[in-house]
Amino acid sequence: MPDDANAFQTALALILGLDPDLIGIVTLSLKVSLSAVLIAALIALPLGAAIALWRFPGRGVLIVALNALMGLPPVVAGLAVYLLLSRAGPLGELGLLFTPGAMVLAQVILVLPIIAALTRQQVEELHGDYREQLTSMGVSRARRIPTLLWDARFGLATVMLAGFGRASAEVGAVMIVGGNIDGVTRVMTTAIVLETSKGDLPLALGLGIVLLALVALVNAAAHLVGETARRRVG
Amino acid sequence: MNELTRLDATPISPLALEGVGFSHRGQPLLHPVDLRLTGCHCTLVMGPNGAGKSLLMRLAHGLLAPTTGRVRWEGRPPRQAMVFQRPVLLRRSALANLTYALAIAGTPRRQRKPLAREALARFGLAALEARPARVLSGGEQQRLALARAWLARPEVLFLDEPTSALDPAAIKAVEDAVRDFHRRGTRIVMTSHDLNQARRLADDIVLMADGRLIEHGPSETFFTAPASPEARAFIRGELIW
Repeated sequence: MPDDANAFQTALALILGLDPDLIGIVTLSLKVSLSAVLIAALIALPLGAAIALWRFPGRGVLIVALNALMGLPPVVAGLAVYLLLSRAGPLGELGLLFTPGAMVLAQVILVLPIIAALTRQQVEELHGDYREQLTSMGVSRARRIPTLLWDARFGLATVMLAGFGRASAEVGAVMIVGGNIDGVTRVMTTAIVLETSKGDLPLALGLGIVLLALVALVNAAAHLVGETARRRVG
Repeated sequence: MNELTRLDATPISPLALEGVGFSHRGQPLLHPVDLRLTGCHCTLVMGPNGAGKSLLMRLAHGLLAPTTGRVRWEGRPPRQAMVFQRPVLLRRSALANLTYALAIAGTPRRQRKPLAREALARFGLAALEARPARVLSGGEQQRLALARAWLARPEVLFLDEPTSALDPAAIKAVEDAVRDFHRRGTRIVMTSHDLNQARRLADDIVLMADGRLIEHGPSETFFTAPASPEARAFIRGELIW
């Protein structure tokens, strides 16, 4: 049984010494999760706004489905992407399995429903206030999408953050489709699982601290930006 | 500062409400109304709260579809704008609120800022152009909403209780703005429950109570020789239902 205090010290030394393995893993984690959030947002923001603005048959079912998918277990998303990208799968030709690309795809699937569902909610609420004015001005429904997304920007920043939180914290999906290959697809969460099971607690602990600090940092920054902007813009 | 040049010489199409009624879940909120608004008049729709004034405005402006009857422009539908009791402003600067309206109206990008600044100056908001619209005072917000309507160059302007939440100075600013619109050749349709405001502004008066149109006539006749007992009571300041 290793000494926990000792492990903690070693972890700090790894972080402060900018250990190249650690840096590589952290960088890849950020790349994968940020790309996933960005791609998901590009699709989910307009999608959520469109669902908020249009009435069509099956809309209720779609909203319930999106809400349900917010709780999609990462391992299930990972399995689906695995089947899709495996040699025999429909997208096997692309040879994406066990690459960062596959990890981004899996995380997009996890994050997209969160951003779409929460965007739908926020835009619909805002549109309740704006509807008469926009109708009076003759603003078309398609034109309302960018208008409302921009005016809901502070709330949506928090939504994106929730998406980033889910992407950076999940381990099941990236483990299955990435394979946790050292130097290629190893990210913070998969490394923590591996190092813990190997008994290399300092590296696992170091990664854990970095992961926590990153999430805290991103949230603090967004909170700060959001609050000042909210106070300024009203 | 830009002129009060009148809008195009072509007369504004009359607006005809033909048996226009509105119910919600079987509950009639507005009983069938026949009303014809013509020329470049300033019409004040008066009556107590819940009389159906705002509803009538929304039906006339086209924000709501009537349950019965129809709203018809006798001729080319005119450019319209509406100013609401609580101004709905975008979460952007005062200037950006106006350039947005111009963008929607299809004004070329290069003309938007100069036009918007001109409108801000006209409504005494020049110093506030960079201020977020939502942190302006109530009176400033309403002036900004009027400036936005001004840029639409409406031939018909609807105003729904635009002064009911404002202090006297802000009320005067709004009334001055309404006169400017009127002078430019805009037909005004405005709701109010303030008799003095009606005396100051109205060419003709529509009195409503309890979801019904009670009386419609020229302002002088309405105040000197009201036809209905409800109008007589309303002018005396009594409650009417």
